[in-house]
Parts: sequence; structure tokens; C-alpha cells
Amino acid sequence: MPTTKTERLGIRISDDVVRVRQLTRTFALEVGLGLVDQTKVVTAASELARNTLDYGGGGDVTAEIVEQGGRRGVRLTFEDKGPGIADIEQALKDGFTSGKGMGLGLGGAKRLCNEFSIVSEPGLGTKVTIARWK
Amino acid sequence: MDRIPILKFGNALLVTIQVDMHDRLATALEEDLTSRIVSNNARGVLIDISALEVVDSFIGRMLDNIAAVSRILDADTVVVGMRPAVAITLVELGLSLTGVKTALNVERGMAMIHDRLAGSEADDADDED
Repeated sequence: MPTTKTERLGIRISDDVVRVRQLTRTFALEVGLGLVDQTKVVTAASELARNTLDYGGGGDVTAEIVEQGGRRGVRLTFEDKGPGIADIEQALKDGFTSGKGMGLGLGGAKRLCNEFSIVSEPGLGTKVTIARWK
Repeated sequence: MDRIPILKFGNALLVTIQVDMHDRLATALEEDLTSRIVSNNARGVLIDISALEVVDSFIGRMLDNIAAVSRILDADTVVVGMRPAVAITLVELGLSLTGVKTALNVERGMAMIHDRLAGSEADDADDED
């Protein structure tokens, strides 16, 4: 899948979550996503950035504009070196939370995107990738 | 730290969120509003989110909390001006804000608060009879 543009951002403080939203919005606009799709992918990015910060102890996000079969899309990869998730299936369920949230972060982000994948190893960290296609 | 301004409007409080809030700012607003409801004897809280391009689960939860706390403090919260794309996204996210009253714009939100106040004043008048 060719990547035409890449940008990387650290997620260390709560202001960075706002920056991730802004970066995602810029990329979504460039891809030409409609207003509702823009809002969905920016909201998903916000949830995942907060997870990276609150549960992963900080990390970073890589935003990309990707092309496949003549379609363009935004792809975001969130990575942290935090405690990881032991039971991913449970973490994806609505209402599951280990902290202060509503437990909608992971499952909600998954619903708001066309593609979603998560790789996590207890003790090593978590990597979540989402994509939204035009 | 930045603060979201809270304006007094008769016996209601008016908040217009015009910046993309980070989580601490949202939490500060929740705390500020709670203390202002008490110190101003406010009976209503109007939160205008028409400038917000995104309401994620954290901000959604803040709105829910403000509504719940203000209800306990005998004030009504009305959230106004939600953008259609935000409403669609919130529902898909799984957050339907069931505890929050909403209105399309500030005028209608203020009318909701006044209607409720007029109703409770009529009740008070009945009690005196």
C-alpha cells in the first residue's frame, strides 16, 4: 500500500491529544473525506491518543495518507511501550474500563473506522492501527 | 492554566465552548460550573457547543457529569448547538447522552430553562394557597 505522506507526533501530555485531533483533521481534509467521515476519524483518533497517554504511559502516533486501488485514505498508528493489554477481546467490549473513562475508547474507535487492528503484548506495549477510506 | 469563561445570564449560566478542549480544561470547566451554580444560585446552565468539531467520550462524559451534578443542585442543564456530524459520531461511538437535555440553539435552550422555572414558580404559588 503506497504511502504518499507521513507525519509523526509524540503523545506525552493532554495537549498532545488535541494536536493528534488537529493532525488527523488536516490529513482527512487532504484525502477529501466528507464532514461526517472526518468527524468520525478525528473522534477515533482522540480516543486512541488518550488511551496511549492514560494507559500506555505515552507514546506516539504516525499519520499517513495511503493509496490502494485508486482509493485514498488516512491511516493512523498509535504505539506505546506501556503495560499492554492481556485480554484484547474484553478490552474491545463497550463498558470495559480499567481507569477513568467510560470504556468506549477502543470499541468506539473500532466502530468509527473502516479498518482496525490491535497488537498488544503484556509488558511490552500496544500498537493500534486504524484507517478510514474515502 | 486556561479557563472557559462562564457568563451569568439572569438566573442561568451560559458557557460557550470555543476552543478544542484538552482533558484538563474540560475537567476544570466541570468544577468551575459546579461551584458557580451554588455561588450564583443558578437555576439553569446553558452549554453552547456549536463551535466544537469533535465531542469524544471524555467531553461527552463531562457533559453528562455536569447535567447530573446540576440536577442534584436544582439546576437544569441544556446543551445547545451540536453539529449534525458530531451527533452522528456520538451515537456511533455508543454515547447517546441520555441524561443531557439538548436544544438546537441558544434561544430554544434558554426557553426550555425559563419554561421549567415558570413551572416551578407556579408550583410555589400553589403551595402558598
